[in-house]
Amino acid sequence: MTAYIIRRLIYGVFVLIGVNVLTFALFFFVNSPDDVARAQLGAKRVTPEAVEKWKRERGYHKPLFLNEKSTGIGRVTETVFFDKSVRLFAFQFGASDQGRNIGYDISTRMWPSLAVQVPAFVIGLAVYITFALLMAFFRATYIDFWGVVLCVLMMSISALFYIIGGQFIFGKLWNLVPISGYDSGFDAIKFLALPVLIGIISGIGGNARWYRTIFLEEINKDYVRTARAKGLSEVRVLFRHVLQNAMIPILTGVVVVIPLLFMGALITESFFGIPGLGSYTIDAISQQDFAIVRAMVFLGSVLYIIGLILTDISYTLVDPRVRFS
Amino acid sequence: MFPYRHGIVLLILAFTAGCSESPWNNPYSAAAATENTLYTSFAERPKHLDPVQSYAENEYAFIANIYQPPLQYHYLKRPYELIPFGAESVPRPVYLDAAGKTLPDSVPAERVAFSEYVIRVRQGVRYQPHPALALDESGKLRYHALSPAELRGIDTLADFRHTGTRELVAGDYVHQIKRLAHPRLHSPILQLMTEYIVGLKEYAAMLAGEAAALPEDKTVDLTRHELAGARIIDRYTYAVRVRGKYPQFAYWLAMPFFAPVPPEADRFYGQPGLAQKNISLDWYPLGTGPYMLTVNNPNRQMVLERNPYYRDQAETYPAEGEPADAASGLLQDAGKTLPFIDKVVFSLEKEQIPYWNKFLQGYYDASGIASDTFDQAVQFSGQGDVTLSDDMIRRGIRLQTSLATSVFYLGFNMRDPVVGNVDGGSGERRRKLRLAISIAVDQEEFISIFRNGRGVPSHGPIPPGIFGHREPDEAGINPYVYEWRNGQPQRKSIEQAKKLLAEAGYPNGRDAKTGEPLLLHLDTTSSGADSKARLDWYIRQFQKLGVQLVIRATDFNRLQDKLRRGTAQLYFLGWNADYPDPENFLFLLHGPQGRARTQGENASNYRNAEYDQLFDRMKHMANGAERQAIIDRMIAILRHDAPWVWSFFPKDYTLHHAWVHNGKPNQIANNGLKYQRLDPALRAVKRREWNPPVVWPLALVTALLVIGTLPAIAAFRRRERSTAVAAQS
Repeated sequence: MTAYIIRRLIYGVFVLIGVNVLTFALFFFVNSPDDVARAQLGAKRVTPEAVEKWKRERGYHKPLFLNEKSTGIGRVTETVFFDKSVRLFAFQFGASDQGRNIGYDISTRMWPSLAVQVPAFVIGLAVYITFALLMAFFRATYIDFWGVVLCVLMMSISALFYIIGGQFIFGKLWNLVPISGYDSGFDAIKFLALPVLIGIISGIGGNARWYRTIFLEEINKDYVRTARAKGLSEVRVLFRHVLQNAMIPILTGVVVVIPLLFMGALITESFFGIPGLGSYTIDAISQQDFAIVRAMVFLGSVLYIIGLILTDISYTLVDPRVRFS
Repeated sequence: MFPYRHGIVLLILAFTAGCSESPWNNPYSAAAATENTLYTSFAERPKHLDPVQSYAENEYAFIANIYQPPLQYHYLKRPYELIPFGAESVPRPVYLDAAGKTLPDSVPAERVAFSEYVIRVRQGVRYQPHPALALDESGKLRYHALSPAELRGIDTLADFRHTGTRELVAGDYVHQIKRLAHPRLHSPILQLMTEYIVGLKEYAAMLAGEAAALPEDKTVDLTRHELAGARIIDRYTYAVRVRGKYPQFAYWLAMPFFAPVPPEADRFYGQPGLAQKNISLDWYPLGTGPYMLTVNNPNRQMVLERNPYYRDQAETYPAEGEPADAASGLLQDAGKTLPFIDKVVFSLEKEQIPYWNKFLQGYYDASGIASDTFDQAVQFSGQGDVTLSDDMIRRGIRLQTSLATSVFYLGFNMRDPVVGNVDGGSGERRRKLRLAISIAVDQEEFISIFRNGRGVPSHGPIPPGIFGHREPDEAGINPYVYEWRNGQPQRKSIEQAKKLLAEAGYPNGRDAKTGEPLLLHLDTTSSGADSKARLDWYIRQFQKLGVQLVIRATDFNRLQDKLRRGTAQLYFLGWNADYPDPENFLFLLHGPQGRARTQGENASNYRNAEYDQLFDRMKHMANGAERQAIIDRMIAILRHDAPWVWSFFPKDYTLHHAWVHNGKPNQIANNGLKYQRLDPALRAVKRREWNPPVVWPLALVTALLVIGTLPAIAAFRRRERSTAVAAQS
């Protein structure tokens, strides 16, 4: 297993290099270093000299990928790409184009993201699976039918609608929670209740329907019939046997998401004024802060790779037949 | 057992008491309900709070209340008037010839080699408490030699236990002028100021050379080098020498670029390790103004609190204003010491909908009006007057309107072979094409449809409230686009526009020689569903002439790039005044400042020799009849040449709750917080009244869930008890 993980990590490095090249190329395909400089220097009274000075200070004056004027290895190393990418692999994110320390910002902004994402994820998963099992239990009855109709209806509604509707109903109409905002410590609870609730509700449709499909596929298998023939109750059949055997497809979708919870939710954070990494990324894109965009994409890729490795490991835990080779 | 029961009772009492005191949806702490705190918001984290770098309105919302430039604008008087702030009086420039000999005030501008502004600083002004000024027992600066061990555990400025203050001196103002040239700071006005402040260009070059030789973690020490154009005369007096006659320099003295910064701040923040923790002057200002930034979490909240030493300055609320100010209660606090509000909480609010709803709940004290909420807030009377909606009136909300010192326009690129080239051989034809378009694009309709009436059609580049503006009466209208009919300006008919178009060589929108339809291109950053209606409207305006308008939607960078290269044909832009002087608008069409040639602000690349000559004369003059006459002539030239489609001057609508007093829109100054007063007790009452928690829906939902679950439980039990094969009877 150790050899397998090491091999996957080595693959991951290549994936990261690829992601980094792509991010860099795409960003600078749309924005030139001059554009980045102008975005940071503002719209008024920006002179070409100021742009040049800004670029020189931040290393954007070098060629992007290949330095024709240099020789030997310098042709590759004396470039913006090399300068900006190598440190990422040591998790040194450096300073943003506005001059702030990115590592510090990430370390402070990941907590609000986690505060919304973790409860929404854990409670949501429990709700989705319970709801799906309920539909599976009452399969081919009116409960199952209306459950599926409800799921389709809920998955057809945009996430934005849930947010605005939720803010209107719970925050404005019923005055139960603040419409938006954030606070630290226990005071955060009143701000988190609504985004977490909306996060859960907006995911019910798609997730419950997906899990129901998985459970229905399992529920017709021979071992389930055997379990029933042994006289086990339906609850025991569902929660003990069906759920356990349906774990692999569930884990495929779930474990990979866990590390990405750090990255936050883009729209939710923006509408609820939650100072997490999702809004950090959105702000960086709108302000053309390439240093932050690059760091966040890199971090997202790292977390995704970790998620995939964790998923593989989790298979061995739920299914002893799975072996790494 | 008894204490346990007692505890539960206490807990319930505390809970119910808490519920009754503070609404459940209150985003602030219950304890803060009656505090003298103003609640407002910010939508985007400020990029810079260093007064030498900051040049954006959202940043000035903070630093204009923290720093104290030598001058400020009178809060109530219009037209805008400069008054002392950090200075004892508004300085009068002394004009000097090349030999340094004093010249009379009436001397022509071309004879003036230098203008010297001698500024006397107020005595007894003290900086806000700050660790950079903290002294130890021996009188040395406590935190100016921080070791890595001392830095451990320091994450924000508030982690420094000790703070100190000192008196403001003239040297701090001079230090800030030197900071304009600091090679590591990117002051947006450095280039402009090197043209005026004597020696600043050489000073910047010298510092850049020195900085290049220093290691990355070291920075230049400005106190080691003197700047010829900014010198300390004595502890409370300094002088700034600028080239030539530059009356607009006084306006710059009212901006944070010229606010005092103590050299200790640079030394403190320049220590290794602090920048890595984002502790810098760009993030933690140090000023002498009425407020200080005590919480700086731009991810969530920024808080200004009263500078404890500011009241020593005994600045008072103005006793004079515009004629209507007394009737509207704006002079009630005349003579009272400023500031009134103890604390200002800025909360991050990126989206308009939550902001608006929280304003209606009483959790923000003031609000603008977005298009989405316009109908909710405002209604038009039968006479076309704007009034508040019934709901707003019921809540005691007040509406204030003001014309922004901004101008929006649709520009023609004068380098373009189809619409530009005013001085070229076929310039007259192209001028007529521009005029035809100017008539066809119906600004009155645009303002009515897309801005809910919030704007005034423009007849020239200078907005109302700025010297040089002429009201569009019979003599003041743009005669190329409007006619004076029935006592008001009326846009010329589309037939007249078509006639001009035919004279331009495009009868019915087709080239008279080739018969090809005239195709024009509009470069714009507008895109998406919101802009589509607006852009379709523009297409229809051009269609009235038979001209086809092609929209080239692009991003901001591409548009700027096209403007820099001079390859755009038509474009939208706007300008917000730096200071209330006509020069700050007329320079937008000054030939030598053409965007394509010199990267200046003249994005249309318009050139007219007479206009440029008049501009050079006008910019040095004091306001008066002679200056007005020159401006009138300049505007007549612009109207004739039509380098812009004169669009509109925006009108701002602001809503205030009944508990906010002394609010008066000021389009130029940003330091208005100190004048505002609150009635927190009324706010607390209204918040409770407007936000009672509605609990019954929760009970109903719970009941419905229970009722809905019962048949499922029954079905489950039935199924569990049933046998595989039904029993035979």
